Amino acid sequence: MADPILNSGDTAWMLISTALVMLMTIPGVALFYGGLTKKVNVLNTMFLSIIAFAITSIIWVLYGYQFAFGEDMLMGLIGNPANLLFSGIAVDSLATLAPTIPTTVYIAFQMTFAAITVALISGAVVERMKFSAWLAFVPVWLTLVYVPVAHWVWGGGFLAQLGALDFAGGTVVHISSGVAALALVLLLGRRKDTKLLPHQLGYSVIGAGLLWFGWFGFNAGSALTAGGLAGSAFIATNTAAAAAMISWVIIDYLKTGKPTLLGAISGAIAGLVAITPAAGFVTVQAAVIIGLITSVFSYFAIAWLKPRLGYDDALDVVGIHGVSGLWGALATGIFAAPFINELGTGLLYGNPGQLVTQIIAVVVVAAYSFFVTLILGKIIDITIGLRVEPKEEIEGLDTNLHEESGYRI
Amino acid sequence: MKEIVAIIRPDKLENVKAALEEIECHGLTVTEVKGRGRQLGVTESYRGSDYRIDLLPKTKLEIIVKDENVENVIETIVNTAQTGDIGDGKIFISPVEEVVRIRTGERGEGAV
Repeated sequence: MADPILNSGDTAWMLISTALVMLMTIPGVALFYGGLTKKVNVLNTMFLSIIAFAITSIIWVLYGYQFAFGEDMLMGLIGNPANLLFSGIAVDSLATLAPTIPTTVYIAFQMTFAAITVALISGAVVERMKFSAWLAFVPVWLTLVYVPVAHWVWGGGFLAQLGALDFAGGTVVHISSGVAALALVLLLGRRKDTKLLPHQLGYSVIGAGLLWFGWFGFNAGSALTAGGLAGSAFIATNTAAAAAMISWVIIDYLKTGKPTLLGAISGAIAGLVAITPAAGFVTVQAAVIIGLITSVFSYFAIAWLKPRLGYDDALDVVGIHGVSGLWGALATGIFAAPFINELGTGLLYGNPGQLVTQIIAVVVVAAYSFFVTLILGKIIDITIGLRVEPKEEIEGLDTNLHEESGYRI
Repeated sequence: MKEIVAIIRPDKLENVKAALEEIECHGLTVTEVKGRGRQLGVTESYRGSDYRIDLLPKTKLEIIVKDENVENVIETIVNTAQTGDIGDGKIFISPVEEVVRIRTGERGEGAV
């Protein structure tokens, strides 16, 4: 147990980490996704991420944090919202779950996680979802899915009590968003033009670079202290991303004879996703294995499974976040090493029960996110309507929904 | 008078413009166009799926010249826009019946 005294080194690191994770959404995800869409939809695609960040910022301080991280109640289902509307949170109070940093810093750090989670979903629904429907979806999804799931896994809820491990969000962030993306695209249907022909791959490379950079705040920041565990998570994160990039490039070589830059950055993101739940539990050697394997799963899901099942996940949120998040959560149960972090002992170190716990957590969160998103999406479809008019979809959302266009020439 | 329509690689436009200026051929209209030739475009692969891009970006020049300048202009365009690879483009020549300068109402070769 850390000393419950404010530590300025920890606090400084957590402030930086918070800013790093913020950078992942604006502009990281916005650029990564924006470059992959058609040029008539580039602004709408970026807008989905940016507005998600703004909406989350408000919800989180008013009540999101309180329900997610308040003292556990209702048998592990939700937190006690004792500080609604940010009342009663003293400037110098220390965070219950991170006792060397101020509560305010912990709230801000967690806010950036909530924001990127919902922004990630947008990649699946771009090029055909109504902006008004997205504006309705973001706050309700955060409230009904993200907040309870964050409580279950991180806030002392029933999955935490069961011993589920999720260092920085494999289950809370990537599985919940990947599965929600699947539910939404099943409701939305296929786009009229389902090709993935990036209009400006350069944006996506910059976006992926910012994601990789910001991910150090995401994963190493999740140590909640500036110490050895943060360093270990940092190096595991970078190692897995690098291994997954190399792995995807090799798959590209084997399948087509030519490496692609989109494949390389897709692999890096898949590796970052997969190492997220494991980052503070596993060795560097395990990070190499987790990274190398995850690209195989995500590539298979995107290039083989998706066309056969026929769902239109525009920018492969299901294939990258859902599938690599799933592998990462299970890999945590396999590779968690007690000498890295005493909180986690996986299958390889004599605790097969951890893998079972991970499977339970994955199934519970995936099923919950899928069905709640499905019901929520259906209600939005009936009331506001989920999908834009065919004319708007064909001509592009930028001019039709926002009266702006990304390119004048 | 003849109309010369040249479809060239976009990256050759600046060279062609400069070369035409040197032979005192100043008037031209430029359009960004897309098209394909016998090779039917190129193939691109994104996340394991192949797409044939059969309409490639090209630049179209429209130039009206006096009959005696036609060969010189064609030769200049070919020399500056040629790479020897597939996709260098084509030149089409057609007769022009009349030319009118809107500013003055002037007609014929003097208006070119």
